[in-house]
Amino acid sequence: MARINLEHIRHAYGAKPKSEADYALREVHHEWNDGGAYALLGPSGCGKTTLLNIISGLINPSEGRILFDGHDVTHFSTQERNIAQVFQFPVIYDTMTVYDNLAFPLRNRHVPEAEVDRRVKEIIEMTGLGGWAKKTARGLTADQKQKISLGRGLVRSDVSAILFDEPLTVIDPEMKWVLRSQIKRLHRQFGFTMVYVTHDQTEALTFADKVVVMYDGQIVQIGTPAELFERPRHTFVGYFIGSPGMNVLPAKIAGNTAAIGSESIALNFLPKIKSDAKTELGIRPEFVSLGREGMPIAITKVEDIGRHKIVRARFADLPISIIVDEDGEIPADPRVTFDPKAINIYADSWRVGEEV
Amino acid sequence: MEKTWNNKAWFMVLPVLVLVAFSAVIPLMTVVNYSVQDTFGNNEFFWAGTDWFVETLESARFWDALIRNLIFSAIILTIQIPLGIVIALNMPKKGIGVPICLVLMALPLLIPWNVVGTIWQVFGRVDIGLLGRTLASLGINYNYVQNPLDAWITLIVMDVWHWTSLVVLLCYAGLVSIPDAYYQAAKIDGASRWSVFRYIQLPKMKRVLLIAFLLRFMDSFMIYTEPFVVTGGGPGNSTTFLSIDLVKMAIGQFDLGPAAALSIIYFLIILLLSWIFYTVMTTSDAQG
Repeated sequence: MARINLEHIRHAYGAKPKSEADYALREVHHEWNDGGAYALLGPSGCGKTTLLNIISGLINPSEGRILFDGHDVTHFSTQERNIAQVFQFPVIYDTMTVYDNLAFPLRNRHVPEAEVDRRVKEIIEMTGLGGWAKKTARGLTADQKQKISLGRGLVRSDVSAILFDEPLTVIDPEMKWVLRSQIKRLHRQFGFTMVYVTHDQTEALTFADKVVVMYDGQIVQIGTPAELFERPRHTFVGYFIGSPGMNVLPAKIAGNTAAIGSESIALNFLPKIKSDAKTELGIRPEFVSLGREGMPIAITKVEDIGRHKIVRARFADLPISIIVDEDGEIPADPRVTFDPKAINIYADSWRVGEEV
Repeated sequence: MEKTWNNKAWFMVLPVLVLVAFSAVIPLMTVVNYSVQDTFGNNEFFWAGTDWFVETLESARFWDALIRNLIFSAIILTIQIPLGIVIALNMPKKGIGVPICLVLMALPLLIPWNVVGTIWQVFGRVDIGLLGRTLASLGINYNYVQNPLDAWITLIVMDVWHWTSLVVLLCYAGLVSIPDAYYQAAKIDGASRWSVFRYIQLPKMKRVLLIAFLLRFMDSFMIYTEPFVVTGGGPGNSTTFLSIDLVKMAIGQFDLGPAAALSIIYFLIILLLSWIFYTVMTTSDAQG
């Protein structure tokens, strides 16, 4: 198990990157705690798999250093880094039995056979593949195969970290849930450092202590699920997390007032903004309340999704989403108020703090 | 599942059946016809029963040729299958090298058999051939016209040159279908180069290797044109394979009965051996 330090990592797939746009991964500089569970969340092509492969050593970064527990491993091969990785599609050695599949990483490292047997039996027990041990891996279902891939990672007791690259993509929804809680339980039991790549926010939020949101080759925010929800550092985090995403409305900021169209909203702090920045106001649909008081809106659509309703409306001629309780009423002359505590102000897409 | 039974499907199959009937079944039946009769020309035939078969199976000439065939095929398979795998493993997987390699590999396959034979016939000649003269100038006594061993080596090298590409292309097709994740997982599992080959590449190539093996067996067992052009079955009878013997018998000596009997025996041997190989290889596949 290890603490992972990423020092000014940048990566470009081309040989000679000329501009910032040539980098698949732009400047990542972070420390990840020993035993932490991190989820890398972001849309396709945001660089999350690149970052994962840099950590595992399948890719050498163009610039920067990686440290495991303070030791520079940048130029170490995957074997030397002692990493386990589970891929999107199950990788199994289909001519081998389930038992031999699980024993493979240990036998390659010349672990004594008695120790191999003990570890493999333990993993078979843990993953519930008991009845399959002596069978060839070929005939298994996708989720059983993925359990083997996972098991091959867990079988080595001394791995520095286990990396998951969207491992539940090919798994049926109900099995997804089972596997997810199994991985989570194993993590609690063994305390390995875990990095989990996904584009599914539910998966990331339920899984990880810290969610690393990536967008366009950079990390835009690392935080707990609550932080990402309440204080998105970047408008992208606002859009990407939550369903529906945060309402981001262009606003003119003057002192502690935000003006959207002809409406003006009082802020409970004084935002620190450079004069030429593009400013926006962000508020989550959960914190917009619909009633007879406040600013007028025009409702365009109401979606009933079960436990609550999503009201789509236009506010100062801008689209806005509002979440209303299942039994909440929608007045004939609808008006909205924003919860002042839940308002975030963005300058050039980045959240701004208070003027001191 | 409930199936609908009707005879419409036969109409779909009919064109193929007709085609196969004309191209294969009917000619084969005429051969069967010849094999059980005797003729002295003038379109007069006499019933001969199994005489020709017995005669063929009792002749040393048949067994000698058959043994030559078996040895030839065995050598061809032992060289071409491993060599094909090794070349396929070392071919580039991406970049400009891929089309270049593929075209180079496909070239020998595009050359007609008798042209291949002629190329090597000239290439190996001691008086004007590049290979023959080079070897002679190095002091190596090489002459495929007089020395049976040299004739065999020439035929084998020629066949390897001509047909290894087929094995390479089939294996390569199997190899490129392996997703990158397998290689990455193997790296992470600490697998050696040999383990990667044994547990990832070989299992993925198994199906195409079966096809390559069968094709190369059948083709090498039926070889005719190249030895006919290069050595003409000589020196002596040292490169007279069943096919060459068959043509000598049927066209040279006009012994239609024995030739027909030999054809059928020859055909059955290929069918039987192919079936055995196929069964053995697919059974081991099912057991995993």
